[in-house]
Amino acid sequence: MSTRRVVGPFNRVEGDLEITLDIADGKVTAAYVNSPLYRGFEQILQGKLPADALVLVPRICGICSVAQSAASALALADALGVEPPQNGRLAANLTLATENLADHLTHFYLFFMPDFARAEYAGRPWHAATVERFRATVGSAPNQVLPARARFMQMMGLLAGKWPHTLAVQPGGSTRPLASSEIFRLHRTLREFREFLETVTFGAKLDEVAAIDSRASLEAWRGRAGGGDLRAFLAIAGDLDLWHLGRGTDRFMSYGCYQETERRLFPAGLWQGAAAPLDIAAIEEDITHAWYAAAGLPQHPATGSTLPVAEKDGAYSWCKAPRLAGQVVETGALARQVVAGHPLARDMVDGYGASVAARVVARLLELALVLPAMERWLAELVPGEPWCITAPIADETSGVGLIEAARGSLGHWITVRRGRIHNYQIIAPTTWNFSPRDTSGQPGALEQALAGLPASATEPLPPAIHHVVRSFDPCMVCTVH
Amino acid sequence: MNLLWLQSGGCGGCTLSWLGGEHGPLFRVLADEGIELLWHPSLSEAGVDEARALIERCADGRTAVDVLCIEGSLLRGPRGTGGFHRFGGGAQPMIDWVRRIAARAGHVVAVGSCSSWGGITAAGMNPTDACGLQYDGEASGGLLGPDFRDPAGLPVINVAGCPPHPDWITETLAALAHGSLQAEHLDDYGRPRFFADQLVHHGCPRNEYYEFKASAAKHSDQGCLMEQLGCKGTQAHADCNQRLWNGEGSCLRGGYACIRCTDPGFEEPGHPFTTTPKVAGIPIGLPADMPKAWFIALAALSKSATPARVRENAHSDHLLRAPSVKRTKR
Repeated sequence: MSTRRVVGPFNRVEGDLEITLDIADGKVTAAYVNSPLYRGFEQILQGKLPADALVLVPRICGICSVAQSAASALALADALGVEPPQNGRLAANLTLATENLADHLTHFYLFFMPDFARAEYAGRPWHAATVERFRATVGSAPNQVLPARARFMQMMGLLAGKWPHTLAVQPGGSTRPLASSEIFRLHRTLREFREFLETVTFGAKLDEVAAIDSRASLEAWRGRAGGGDLRAFLAIAGDLDLWHLGRGTDRFMSYGCYQETERRLFPAGLWQGAAAPLDIAAIEEDITHAWYAAAGLPQHPATGSTLPVAEKDGAYSWCKAPRLAGQVVETGALARQVVAGHPLARDMVDGYGASVAARVVARLLELALVLPAMERWLAELVPGEPWCITAPIADETSGVGLIEAARGSLGHWITVRRGRIHNYQIIAPTTWNFSPRDTSGQPGALEQALAGLPASATEPLPPAIHHVVRSFDPCMVCTVH
Repeated sequence: MNLLWLQSGGCGGCTLSWLGGEHGPLFRVLADEGIELLWHPSLSEAGVDEARALIERCADGRTAVDVLCIEGSLLRGPRGTGGFHRFGGGAQPMIDWVRRIAARAGHVVAVGSCSSWGGITAAGMNPTDACGLQYDGEASGGLLGPDFRDPAGLPVINVAGCPPHPDWITETLAALAHGSLQAEHLDDYGRPRFFADQLVHHGCPRNEYYEFKASAAKHSDQGCLMEQLGCKGTQAHADCNQRLWNGEGSCLRGGYACIRCTDPGFEEPGHPFTTTPKVAGIPIGLPADMPKAWFIALAALSKSATPARVRENAHSDHLLRAPSVKRTKR
């Protein structure tokens, strides 16, 4: 006999999250993920001047604020037909990378690791050390990381004025020209952050971490002296077998990000056991199980709509169900690195598929991959060369902005009519990962990852469910916006 | 003093801003000031059932809440039901939880402009009928009503800003913990005066450009942003250019306009955010307390006196002319 259990509020997920579990024979037979908050940004944006989107959209999300700005700036640049000068492009990369790396750090230390300090794990050989290190608010790690994170976020003071919610990221580049002494201060900030990562997070040089090319060499690396919080996590992951927990769809998508002269640092693409081309035109949003009214058929976001309804049969979330050619995809740091072809990322999903451990390791791997790129971009800035170009926007135009936020693929689709925003649709990373079912009944990525996990109708929720949910680094305020 | 933090119709950015505080680890700062975090949705260990049980105890009075912090606007829609945000794990809308706990809390703090006035969530057609705790835009009222007072006689304390500076939040909470925050320390909009009695203009590094009305014409120019690019720093209540952001930042230092985000109604300025509205060439929004005739006269005079160095640098993204060096002894 199946029992239905509603669990929430999930905390440490950035926003509000509720999950309904059908439980039978001590297992989750079906999960229904609900984003219980609707704010209506797509409705708010209608009728606004296109440039005003840059004030509104970062405020969709306080943790992916710059990613929202960057997607909007790209969509507007597409609509304007402009391309930023080199300094502007590099500043955009640096600003987005600062946010993405800070988010990875925040997720690991503040959102994800505290679950291993839970009392349910008392008795595990690593528990006492984990309580000391990672316990929420009082552990040594959060209290060591917050000042280091704040120091790193001083990148934003110089690059973007402040964080979150900047207006420095513009379609034509950056509003913030930097002089050589400011670039030197940014350089010192990056070097300090590198030292923090190498001593505290990895107990190893970033190059060494970036060069790990398989599960086996990751295990060998863990066995070497050096300490660091990644090794602590790998010990826990091994003990709890987090490598075989939380498998989703194993279809990975990345829009690609960090434009360099010839290519992007991480390319766009799709991976389903093998590389496949990413067809953006094949994206559709299904609202069968979401509280929205529409003509019925799934819609491409360029012509999509967002019309909330209070009551709707079969609906259980404010989140729409985006699908790529009708299929569920997973997005995030793991997907990005699998698509980019990092050998460790590919190897991690080669056996079991995506797992809690693989998602977390991919995020930390990105810290080691992106910081050296930031150091390179900073060195390429040329004070005195232009930072921003401006161009008038046509009265009738449209544009698309595709970017990678820390937690995955973020897309903005804008249509301008008579000089005003006629339609603005947004698909955020967690909209993909935490989507409800679609018209064919196909569950979203998290819904798939939760099915089959042990659970009880009456006992406290097992920590494994917390791990799976948080392994996606969900951002619920972006999900529905 | 214990503290319960709840989030509703916002982006979570106030919390993220708060975490960027630069006076040591936030959790230890709070403990040191005598503040115990009862629960915070992004930071606490307790989740799902434990969290709901705690919130229920707070709502029915079994757990006394000294300070209730609300981040995000209060969503009254659709049709007054509050259904646009049900607190996860149950059927009750978040506005019901906020009403119940606010009625019992020692103090109520609106963290950010959304919970102060409605903020960005109330922009445009305001699809969710968003409002603040005690204001609906500029109008007194909001979710709790104009007459709401905490047991100490204070209204909702509005730590406005989109987001607020991390220090504004911590300093306000510390003042409450120390029992030193009185009604006279709040301005007409319930904002702590330690930041709201300042103008963003104070300490602006573009001050010399402002003095001479040497104005930026486009993004990345170094000149004053008031005349062309929508800057409201001379009217906006905050100390952003004295107490800097993320090290050495502020909006103006970032090269873009102050949008007056600590004020009610900032989300609908009635003009493009980064374009200054004018009548007959004169900006509509004049500096706070400045008589219009004097502004016009002084602007005309200072423009005619603008040094070439200032005029040229204002339209450039880097220094074209350095200040001249004077030798006093030969």
